[in-house]
Amino acid sequence: MKLKQKDLLGLEYLSKEEIELILQTAKPFKQLFTRTVKKVPTLRGKTVVLLFYEVSTRTRTSFELAAKRLSADTVNINVASSSVVKGESLIDTAKTIEALKADFVIIRHSMSGAAHIIAKTISASIINAGDGMHEHPTQGLLDMFTIMEKKGKIKGLNVAIIGDISHSRVAKSNIWGLNKLGANVFVIGPSTMIPMEVEKMNVEVHHDISKIIHKLDVINILRIQKERQEQHLFPTLEEYSELFGINSGKLSNAKKDLLILHPGPMNRGIEISSSIADSKNSVITEQVTNGVAVRMAVLYLLAGGDGGQGEIINS
Amino acid sequence: MKLVYKKVIMNDKEVEKTLKRLVHEIIEKTNGIENLVFVGLQTRGVYLSKRIVAELKKITKKTVPLGILDITLYRDDISSISRQPVVKETKIPFDVTGKDVILIDDVLYTGRTVRAAIDEIIDFGRPRTIKLAVLIDRGGRELPIQPDFIGKYFPISKEELICVNLKEIDNEDNIVLKEKR
Repeated sequence: MKLKQKDLLGLEYLSKEEIELILQTAKPFKQLFTRTVKKVPTLRGKTVVLLFYEVSTRTRTSFELAAKRLSADTVNINVASSSVVKGESLIDTAKTIEALKADFVIIRHSMSGAAHIIAKTISASIINAGDGMHEHPTQGLLDMFTIMEKKGKIKGLNVAIIGDISHSRVAKSNIWGLNKLGANVFVIGPSTMIPMEVEKMNVEVHHDISKIIHKLDVINILRIQKERQEQHLFPTLEEYSELFGINSGKLSNAKKDLLILHPGPMNRGIEISSSIADSKNSVITEQVTNGVAVRMAVLYLLAGGDGGQGEIINS
Repeated sequence: MKLVYKKVIMNDKEVEKTLKRLVHEIIEKTNGIENLVFVGLQTRGVYLSKRIVAELKKITKKTVPLGILDITLYRDDISSISRQPVVKETKIPFDVTGKDVILIDDVLYTGRTVRAAIDEIIDFGRPRTIKLAVLIDRGGRELPIQPDFIGKYFPISKEELICVNLKEIDNEDNIVLKEKR
Protein backbone atom coordinates (compact mmCIF):
# COMPACT_ATOMS: atom_id res chain seq x y z
CA MET A 1 0.00 0.00 0.00
CA LYS A 2 1.29 3.43 -0.85
CA LEU A 3 0.00 6.94 -1.43
CA LYS A 4 -1.19 7.09 -5.01
CA GLN A 5 -0.76 10.84 -5.54
CA LYS A 6 2.43 12.88 -5.48
CA ASP A 7 0.58 15.52 -3.39
CA LEU A 8 -1.61 15.72 -0.32
CA LEU A 9 -4.30 18.19 -1.27
CA GLY A 10 -7.24 17.03 0.82
CA LEU A 11 -8.80 14.03 2.51
CA GLU A 12 -11.57 14.08 -0.10
CA TYR A 13 -9.05 12.67 -2.57
CA LEU A 14 -7.60 9.93 -0.36
CA SER A 15 -8.98 6.41 -0.04
CA LYS A 16 -9.81 4.86 3.33
CA GLU A 17 -6.71 2.66 2.93
CA GLU A 18 -4.44 5.63 2.24
CA ILE A 19 -5.73 7.45 5.33
CA GLU A 20 -5.20 4.32 7.42
CA LEU A 21 -1.67 3.99 6.05
CA ILE A 22 -0.82 7.55 7.15
CA LEU A 23 -2.28 7.00 10.63
CA GLN A 24 -0.43 3.69 10.97
CA THR A 25 2.85 5.24 9.81
CA ALA A 26 2.53 8.12 12.28
CA LYS A 27 2.75 5.70 15.26
CA PRO A 28 6.48 4.89 15.02
CA PHE A 29 7.18 8.58 14.36
CA LYS A 30 5.51 9.45 17.65
CA GLN A 31 7.68 6.86 19.41
CA LEU A 32 10.67 8.77 18.09
CA PHE A 33 9.78 11.77 20.28
CA THR A 34 10.65 9.82 23.43
CA ARG A 35 14.27 9.37 22.34
CA THR A 36 17.16 11.64 23.25
CA VAL A 37 17.91 12.17 19.57
CA LYS A 38 14.53 12.92 18.00
CA LYS A 39 15.90 13.02 14.50
CA VAL A 40 16.30 10.41 11.75
CA PRO A 41 18.25 10.76 8.49
CA THR A 42 15.37 9.67 6.24
CA LEU A 43 14.96 12.85 4.16
CA ARG A 44 18.57 13.97 4.22
CA GLY A 45 19.29 16.05 1.12
CA LYS A 46 15.61 16.87 0.48
CA THR A 47 14.36 20.45 0.55
CA VAL A 48 11.04 21.50 2.02
CA VAL A 49 9.71 24.97 1.21
CA LEU A 50 7.15 26.45 3.59
CA LEU A 51 5.04 28.90 1.62
CA PHE A 52 2.55 30.52 3.94
CA TYR A 53 0.34 33.25 2.49
CA GLU A 54 -1.62 33.43 5.75
CA VAL A 55 -0.25 33.87 9.24
CA SER A 56 0.31 30.64 11.09
CA THR A 57 2.47 29.69 14.01
CA ARG A 58 1.23 26.27 15.02
CA THR A 59 0.92 24.59 11.61
CA ARG A 60 4.08 26.14 10.15
CA THR A 61 6.16 25.22 13.21
CA SER A 62 4.71 21.72 13.22
CA PHE A 63 5.59 21.17 9.53
CA GLU A 64 9.03 22.69 9.98
CA LEU A 65 9.77 20.49 12.96
CA ALA A 66 8.46 17.41 11.12
CA ALA A 67 10.75 18.14 8.15
CA LYS A 68 13.74 18.86 10.40
CA ARG A 69 13.22 15.68 12.43
CA LEU A 70 13.43 13.82 9.13
CA SER A 71 16.70 15.70 8.37
CA ALA A 72 15.30 17.68 5.42
CA ASP A 73 16.42 21.25 4.78
CA THR A 74 13.65 23.79 5.27
CA VAL A 75 13.15 27.19 3.70
CA ASN A 76 10.55 29.62 4.97
CA ILE A 77 9.23 32.04 2.41
CA ASN A 78 7.89 35.07 4.14
CA VAL A 79 5.19 36.15 1.74
CA ALA A 80 4.82 39.57 3.36
CA SER A 81 8.37 40.45 2.33
CA SER A 82 8.59 38.44 -0.88
CA SER A 83 7.95 39.14 -4.56
CA VAL A 84 4.28 38.40 -3.93
CA VAL A 85 3.80 41.92 -2.56
CA LYS A 86 5.36 43.16 -5.78
CA GLY A 87 2.57 41.48 -7.69
CA GLU A 88 4.00 38.07 -8.56
CA SER A 89 1.31 35.50 -9.33
CA LEU A 90 0.95 32.20 -7.47
CA ILE A 91 1.99 30.27 -10.59
CA ASP A 92 5.11 32.38 -11.07
CA THR A 93 6.04 31.92 -7.41
CA ALA A 94 5.55 28.16 -7.87
CA LYS A 95 7.79 28.13 -10.94
CA THR A 96 10.47 30.04 -9.03
CA ILE A 97 10.32 27.47 -6.24
CA GLU A 98 10.58 24.69 -8.82
CA ALA A 99 13.69 26.33 -10.24
CA LEU A 100 15.16 26.21 -6.71
CA LYS A 101 14.74 22.39 -6.90
CA ALA A 102 12.47 22.00 -3.88
CA ASP A 103 11.22 18.48 -3.21
CA PHE A 104 8.21 19.53 -1.12
CA VAL A 105 6.16 22.70 -1.00
CA ILE A 106 3.88 23.17 1.97
CA ILE A 107 1.39 25.86 1.14
CA ARG A 108 -1.20 27.79 3.07
CA HIS A 109 -3.34 30.21 1.14
CA SER A 110 -6.54 32.14 1.75
CA MET A 111 -7.91 30.98 -1.59
CA SER A 112 -9.63 27.59 -1.79
CA GLY A 113 -7.90 25.52 -4.48
CA ALA A 114 -4.54 27.32 -4.28
CA ALA A 115 -2.76 24.06 -3.42
CA HIS A 116 -4.34 22.38 -6.46
CA ILE A 117 -3.11 25.13 -8.78
CA ILE A 118 0.45 24.87 -7.54
CA ALA A 119 0.33 21.04 -7.63
CA LYS A 120 -0.59 21.13 -11.31
CA THR A 121 2.15 23.64 -12.06
CA ILE A 122 5.24 22.02 -10.54
CA SER A 123 6.67 18.55 -10.03
CA ALA A 124 7.50 18.89 -6.32
CA SER A 125 5.14 17.22 -3.84
CA ILE A 126 2.60 19.74 -2.61
CA ILE A 127 1.09 19.51 0.85
CA ASN A 128 -1.98 21.60 1.51
CA ALA A 129 -1.56 23.30 4.89
CA GLY A 130 -4.96 24.97 4.59
CA ASP A 131 -6.59 26.50 1.52
CA GLY A 132 -9.32 29.03 2.18
CA MET A 133 -12.52 27.39 3.33
CA HIS A 134 -11.69 24.14 1.55
CA GLU A 135 -9.44 21.66 3.43
CA HIS A 136 -6.71 21.33 6.03
CA PRO A 137 -5.87 17.66 5.53
CA THR A 138 -3.05 17.25 8.04
CA GLN A 139 -5.23 18.79 10.77
CA GLY A 140 -7.94 16.26 9.90
CA LEU A 141 -5.37 13.46 9.99
CA LEU A 142 -3.95 14.51 13.35
CA ASP A 143 -7.45 14.75 14.78
CA MET A 144 -8.17 11.21 13.58
CA PHE A 145 -4.81 9.98 14.86
CA THR A 146 -5.61 11.43 18.29
CA ILE A 147 -9.07 9.84 18.34
CA MET A 148 -7.63 6.50 17.23
CA GLU A 149 -4.94 6.69 19.90
CA LYS A 150 -7.40 7.47 22.69
CA LYS A 151 -10.40 5.39 21.61
CA GLY A 152 -8.60 2.57 19.81
CA LYS A 153 -10.93 2.92 16.81
CA ILE A 154 -12.90 5.40 14.74
CA LYS A 155 -15.52 3.17 13.16
CA GLY A 156 -18.87 3.51 14.87
CA LEU A 157 -17.90 6.48 17.06
CA ASN A 158 -20.24 9.46 17.28
CA VAL A 159 -18.15 12.53 16.52
CA ALA A 160 -19.51 16.08 16.59
CA ILE A 161 -17.88 19.12 15.03
CA ILE A 162 -19.08 22.32 16.68
CA GLY A 163 -18.84 25.86 15.34
CA ASP A 164 -18.45 27.63 12.02
CA ILE A 165 -18.66 24.66 9.66
CA SER A 166 -19.15 26.88 6.59
CA HIS A 167 -15.84 28.69 6.87
CA SER A 168 -13.83 25.89 8.46
CA ARG A 169 -11.34 23.89 6.41
CA VAL A 170 -10.68 21.78 9.52
CA ALA A 171 -14.35 20.79 9.57
CA LYS A 172 -14.32 19.77 5.89
CA SER A 173 -11.22 17.61 6.24
CA ASN A 174 -12.62 16.02 9.39
CA ILE A 175 -15.95 15.27 7.71
CA TRP A 176 -14.28 13.62 4.70
CA GLY A 177 -11.81 11.64 6.78
CA LEU A 178 -14.09 10.55 9.61
CA ASN A 179 -16.77 9.41 7.19
CA LYS A 180 -14.27 7.33 5.25
CA LEU A 181 -13.15 5.63 8.45
CA GLY A 182 -16.73 4.84 9.45
CA ALA A 183 -17.55 7.40 12.17
CA ASN A 184 -21.02 8.90 12.55
CA VAL A 185 -20.44 12.60 12.02
CA PHE A 186 -22.60 15.37 13.51
CA VAL A 187 -22.24 19.08 12.84
CA ILE A 188 -23.51 21.58 15.38
CA GLY A 189 -23.73 25.36 15.06
CA PRO A 190 -25.98 28.31 14.26
CA SER A 191 -27.81 28.00 10.93
CA THR A 192 -25.72 30.85 9.52
CA MET A 193 -22.59 28.76 10.03
CA ILE A 194 -23.83 25.49 8.55
CA PRO A 195 -23.34 25.11 4.77
CA MET A 196 -26.37 24.54 2.55
CA GLU A 197 -26.99 20.86 1.78
CA VAL A 198 -24.21 19.76 4.14
CA GLU A 199 -26.25 16.58 4.71
CA LYS A 200 -25.00 15.43 1.31
CA MET A 201 -21.59 15.04 2.99
CA ASN A 202 -23.18 12.32 5.14
CA VAL A 203 -23.47 14.33 8.34
CA GLU A 204 -26.35 14.94 10.75
CA VAL A 205 -27.05 18.63 11.45
CA HIS A 206 -28.03 19.91 14.90
CA HIS A 207 -28.43 23.37 16.40
CA ASP A 208 -28.72 22.33 20.05
CA ILE A 209 -25.97 20.21 21.55
CA SER A 210 -28.03 19.32 24.63
CA LYS A 211 -30.21 17.03 22.49
CA ILE A 212 -27.38 14.77 21.41
CA ILE A 213 -24.60 15.28 23.94
CA HIS A 214 -25.41 12.00 25.74
CA LYS A 215 -24.49 9.88 22.73
CA LEU A 216 -21.33 11.64 21.60
CA ASP A 217 -17.89 10.00 21.95
CA VAL A 218 -15.86 12.91 20.61
CA ILE A 219 -16.43 16.64 20.18
CA ASN A 220 -14.19 18.74 18.01
CA ILE A 221 -14.68 22.39 18.92
CA LEU A 222 -13.78 24.86 16.18
CA ARG A 223 -12.27 28.26 16.81
CA ILE A 224 -14.66 31.14 16.39
CA GLN A 225 -13.01 33.41 13.89
CA LYS A 226 -13.72 36.76 15.49
CA GLU A 227 -12.96 38.48 12.18
CA ARG A 228 -16.03 36.81 10.69
CA GLN A 229 -18.24 38.60 13.16
CA GLU A 230 -18.27 41.47 10.72
CA GLN A 231 -20.25 39.22 8.41
CA HIS A 232 -23.05 39.09 11.02
CA LEU A 233 -23.04 35.33 11.33
CA PHE A 234 -24.17 35.70 14.94
CA PRO A 235 -25.26 38.74 16.95
CA THR A 236 -22.60 38.83 19.68
CA LEU A 237 -19.76 36.68 20.99
CA GLU A 238 -21.62 36.48 24.32
CA GLU A 239 -24.68 35.01 22.63
CA TYR A 240 -22.58 32.51 20.67
CA SER A 241 -20.82 31.51 23.84
CA GLU A 242 -24.10 31.00 25.66
CA LEU A 243 -25.68 28.92 22.90
CA PHE A 244 -22.72 27.00 21.46
CA GLY A 245 -19.75 27.54 23.78
CA ILE A 246 -18.73 24.30 25.49
CA ASN A 247 -18.67 24.45 29.29
CA SER A 248 -19.24 22.01 32.15
CA GLY A 249 -22.96 22.79 32.19
CA LYS A 250 -23.43 21.74 28.57
CA LEU A 251 -21.47 18.53 29.21
CA SER A 252 -23.41 17.48 32.33
CA ASN A 253 -25.07 14.63 30.43
CA ALA A 254 -21.99 13.70 28.44
CA LYS A 255 -20.27 10.32 28.54
CA LYS A 256 -17.53 10.17 31.19
CA ASP A 257 -14.90 9.42 28.56
CA LEU A 258 -15.98 12.09 26.08
CA LEU A 259 -12.93 13.20 24.12
CA ILE A 260 -12.51 16.95 23.58
CA LEU A 261 -10.53 18.24 20.62
CA HIS A 262 -9.79 21.76 19.43
CA PRO A 263 -7.50 22.68 16.52
CA GLY A 264 -6.27 25.82 18.31
CA PRO A 265 -5.68 28.56 18.97
CA MET A 266 -8.51 28.60 21.53
CA ASN A 267 -10.71 31.53 22.44
CA ARG A 268 -11.16 30.63 26.08
CA GLY A 269 -14.53 31.70 27.37
CA ILE A 270 -16.04 31.87 23.88
CA GLU A 271 -16.17 28.47 22.12
CA ILE A 272 -14.63 26.61 25.07
CA SER A 273 -14.43 27.31 28.79
CA SER A 274 -11.12 27.06 30.60
CA SER A 275 -12.42 24.28 32.85
CA ILE A 276 -13.17 22.13 29.78
CA ALA A 277 -10.00 23.09 27.90
CA ASP A 278 -7.90 22.00 30.88
CA SER A 279 -10.01 18.99 31.88
CA LYS A 280 -8.81 15.38 31.75
CA ASN A 281 -11.07 14.77 28.77
CA SER A 282 -9.24 17.40 26.75
CA VAL A 283 -6.50 16.20 24.39
CA ILE A 284 -5.77 19.60 22.89
CA THR A 285 -2.05 19.68 23.72
CA GLU A 286 -1.63 16.07 22.61
CA GLN A 287 -3.09 17.08 19.25
CA VAL A 288 -0.12 19.41 18.84
CA THR A 289 2.39 16.59 19.52
CA ASN A 290 0.49 14.23 17.25
CA GLY A 291 0.52 16.88 14.52
CA VAL A 292 4.29 16.58 14.18
CA ALA A 293 4.12 12.76 13.99
CA VAL A 294 1.36 12.82 11.36
CA ARG A 295 3.19 15.42 9.25
CA MET A 296 6.38 13.34 9.44
CA ALA A 297 4.38 10.35 8.22
CA VAL A 298 2.95 12.37 5.30
CA LEU A 299 6.40 13.65 4.24
CA TYR A 300 7.86 10.16 4.57
CA LEU A 301 5.13 8.50 2.53
CA LEU A 302 5.17 11.14 -0.21
CA ALA A 303 8.96 10.71 -0.49
CA GLY A 304 8.65 6.93 -0.96
CA GLY A 305 9.38 4.91 -4.10
CA ASP A 306 6.93 3.71 -6.72
CA GLY A 307 4.98 0.49 -6.56
CA GLY A 308 5.63 -2.69 -4.64
CA GLN A 309 5.24 -3.27 -0.96
CA GLY A 310 6.28 -5.51 1.88
CA GLU A 311 9.37 -5.91 3.93
CA ILE A 312 12.93 -5.60 2.72
CA ILE A 313 14.80 -8.88 2.77
CA ASN A 314 18.50 -9.69 2.30
CA SER A 315 20.04 -6.27 2.70
CA MET B 1 10.03 -10.70 -10.70
CA LYS B 2 9.31 -14.30 -9.77
CA LEU B 3 11.06 -16.23 -6.99
CA VAL B 4 11.77 -19.85 -7.85
CA TYR B 5 12.54 -22.42 -5.14
CA LYS B 6 16.00 -23.99 -5.41
CA LYS B 7 16.79 -25.88 -2.22
CA VAL B 8 16.62 -26.00 1.56
CA ILE B 9 19.81 -24.72 3.17
CA MET B 10 18.84 -25.56 6.76
CA ASN B 11 15.94 -27.59 8.11
CA ASP B 12 14.29 -26.99 11.49
CA LYS B 13 16.78 -29.11 13.45
CA GLU B 14 19.74 -27.40 11.83
CA VAL B 15 18.28 -23.96 12.60
CA GLU B 16 17.89 -24.98 16.24
CA LYS B 17 21.38 -26.45 16.44
CA THR B 18 22.92 -23.39 14.79
CA LEU B 19 21.23 -21.02 17.20
CA LYS B 20 22.45 -23.05 20.18
CA ARG B 21 25.98 -22.95 18.82
CA LEU B 22 25.70 -19.18 18.31
CA VAL B 23 24.68 -18.75 21.95
CA HIS B 24 27.66 -20.78 23.15
CA GLU B 25 29.98 -18.75 20.93
CA ILE B 26 28.57 -15.51 22.34
CA ILE B 27 29.15 -16.73 25.90
CA GLU B 28 32.71 -17.84 25.08
CA LYS B 29 33.73 -14.73 23.19
CA THR B 30 32.29 -12.11 25.55
CA ASN B 31 33.78 -11.28 28.90
CA GLY B 32 30.77 -12.28 30.95
CA ILE B 33 27.21 -11.49 30.03
CA GLU B 34 26.57 -8.87 32.74
CA ASN B 35 27.23 -5.95 30.41
CA LEU B 36 25.56 -7.56 27.40
CA VAL B 37 22.37 -6.39 25.66
CA PHE B 38 20.78 -7.83 22.54
CA VAL B 39 19.10 -5.82 19.82
CA GLY B 40 17.09 -7.73 17.22
CA LEU B 41 16.60 -6.16 13.82
CA GLN B 42 13.06 -6.15 12.46
CA THR B 43 11.56 -8.50 11.48
CA ARG B 44 13.14 -11.92 11.81
CA GLY B 45 16.11 -10.71 13.81
CA VAL B 46 13.63 -9.91 16.58
CA TYR B 47 12.35 -13.50 16.76
CA LEU B 48 15.87 -14.90 16.53
CA SER B 49 17.05 -12.66 19.35
CA LYS B 50 14.12 -13.78 21.55
CA ARG B 51 15.18 -17.38 21.00
CA ILE B 52 18.81 -16.50 21.74
CA VAL B 53 17.82 -14.77 25.01
CA ALA B 54 15.75 -17.82 26.02
CA GLU B 55 18.60 -20.24 25.18
CA LEU B 56 21.11 -18.10 27.03
CA LYS B 57 18.85 -18.09 30.07
CA LYS B 58 18.71 -21.89 30.02
CA ILE B 59 22.50 -22.05 30.12
CA THR B 60 23.39 -19.13 32.41
CA LYS B 61 20.11 -18.68 34.37
CA LYS B 62 20.39 -15.00 33.55
CA THR B 63 18.20 -12.80 31.35
CA VAL B 64 19.95 -10.47 28.95
CA PRO B 65 18.00 -7.29 28.10
CA LEU B 66 16.48 -7.30 24.62
CA GLY B 67 15.63 -4.39 22.36
CA ILE B 68 13.97 -4.15 18.96
CA LEU B 69 15.27 -1.99 16.14
CA ASP B 70 13.61 -0.99 12.89
CA ILE B 71 16.11 0.63 10.57
CA THR B 72 13.65 1.78 7.91
CA LEU B 73 14.06 5.47 8.77
CA TYR B 74 17.86 5.12 8.66
CA ARG B 75 18.04 3.59 5.18
CA ASP B 76 20.06 5.53 2.63
CA ASP B 77 17.83 4.77 -0.32
CA ILE B 78 14.26 5.94 0.35
CA SER B 79 13.78 7.59 -3.03
CA SER B 80 15.57 4.93 -5.07
CA ILE B 81 14.09 1.71 -3.74
CA SER B 82 11.15 0.27 -5.62
CA ARG B 83 8.97 -0.11 -2.59
CA GLN B 84 7.69 2.04 0.22
CA PRO B 85 9.03 0.44 3.40
CA VAL B 86 6.57 0.03 6.21
CA VAL B 87 7.95 1.59 9.37
CA LYS B 88 7.83 -0.87 12.25
CA GLU B 89 8.42 -0.59 15.96
CA THR B 90 11.73 0.38 17.53
CA LYS B 91 11.88 -0.28 21.26
CA ILE B 92 15.09 -0.04 23.26
CA PRO B 93 13.89 -0.21 26.88
CA PHE B 94 17.35 0.28 28.39
CA ASP B 95 20.25 2.72 28.22
CA VAL B 96 22.80 1.49 25.68
CA THR B 97 25.57 3.78 26.95
CA GLY B 98 28.54 1.74 28.14
CA LYS B 99 26.89 -1.55 27.13
CA ASP B 100 28.16 -4.33 24.88
CA VAL B 101 25.48 -4.46 22.23
CA ILE B 102 24.98 -7.49 20.02
CA LEU B 103 22.92 -6.79 16.93
CA ILE B 104 21.05 -9.84 15.68
CA ASP B 105 19.75 -10.30 12.15
CA ASP B 106 18.74 -13.23 9.98
CA VAL B 107 20.67 -12.58 6.75
CA LEU B 108 23.72 -10.41 6.12
CA TYR B 109 24.15 -9.26 2.53
CA THR B 110 25.24 -5.74 1.46
CA GLY B 111 25.83 -4.50 5.01
CA ARG B 112 23.60 -1.45 4.51
CA THR B 113 21.04 -2.62 7.06
CA VAL B 114 23.78 -3.11 9.64
CA ARG B 115 25.27 0.31 8.88
CA ALA B 116 21.84 1.84 9.42
CA ALA B 117 21.40 -0.16 12.63
CA ILE B 118 24.74 1.08 13.98
CA ASP B 119 23.74 4.68 13.18
CA GLU B 120 20.41 4.22 14.93
CA ILE B 121 21.87 2.55 18.04
CA ILE B 122 24.36 5.40 18.39
CA ASP B 123 21.43 7.86 18.41
CA PHE B 124 20.25 6.09 21.58
CA GLY B 125 23.56 6.44 23.40
CA ARG B 126 27.22 5.46 23.26
CA PRO B 127 27.69 1.69 23.64
CA ARG B 128 31.06 0.33 24.73
CA THR B 129 31.06 -2.13 21.83
CA ILE B 130 28.70 -3.18 19.06
CA LYS B 131 28.97 -6.70 17.65
CA LEU B 132 26.98 -8.44 14.98
CA ALA B 133 25.44 -11.91 15.00
CA VAL B 134 23.72 -13.33 11.91
CA LEU B 135 22.14 -16.64 11.08
CA ILE B 136 23.34 -16.60 7.45
CA ASP B 137 26.08 -14.58 5.76
CA ARG B 138 25.36 -14.67 2.04
CA GLY B 139 28.40 -12.59 1.00
CA GLY B 140 28.10 -9.68 -1.47
CA ARG B 141 29.05 -6.88 0.90
CA GLU B 142 28.91 -3.29 -0.38
CA LEU B 143 30.29 -1.81 2.86
CA PRO B 144 33.21 -2.84 5.10
CA ILE B 145 31.06 -4.70 7.62
CA GLN B 146 31.73 -8.20 8.92
CA PRO B 147 29.80 -10.31 11.44
CA ASP B 148 31.31 -11.40 14.75
CA PHE B 149 29.07 -14.45 15.10
CA ILE B 150 27.88 -16.38 12.03
CA GLY B 151 25.45 -19.29 11.94
CA LYS B 152 26.43 -20.31 8.42
CA TYR B 153 28.46 -18.74 5.63
CA PHE B 154 26.67 -19.43 2.37
CA PRO B 155 27.90 -17.25 -0.52
CA ILE B 156 25.41 -16.90 -3.37
CA SER B 157 24.93 -14.81 -6.50
CA LYS B 158 22.97 -11.55 -6.84
CA GLU B 159 20.20 -13.42 -8.65
CA GLU B 160 19.64 -15.65 -5.66
CA LEU B 161 17.78 -14.90 -2.44
CA ILE B 162 17.75 -16.46 1.00
CA CYS B 163 14.40 -16.79 2.75
CA VAL B 164 14.55 -17.42 6.48
CA ASN B 165 11.32 -18.95 7.72
CA LEU B 166 10.60 -18.91 11.43
CA LYS B 167 7.78 -20.62 13.30
CA GLU B 168 6.67 -17.38 14.94
CA ILE B 169 5.61 -15.79 11.66
CA ASP B 170 6.06 -18.40 8.92
CA ASN B 171 4.72 -21.46 10.78
CA GLU B 172 7.93 -23.42 10.10
CA ASP B 173 11.64 -23.25 10.77
CA ASN B 174 13.91 -23.52 7.73
CA ILE B 175 16.14 -21.55 5.41
CA VAL B 176 15.44 -21.76 1.70
CA LEU B 177 17.45 -20.68 -1.32
CA LYS B 178 15.42 -19.10 -4.12
CA GLU B 179 16.27 -17.59 -7.47
CA LYS B 180 14.93 -14.36 -8.94
CA ARG B 181 13.60 -14.81 -12.50
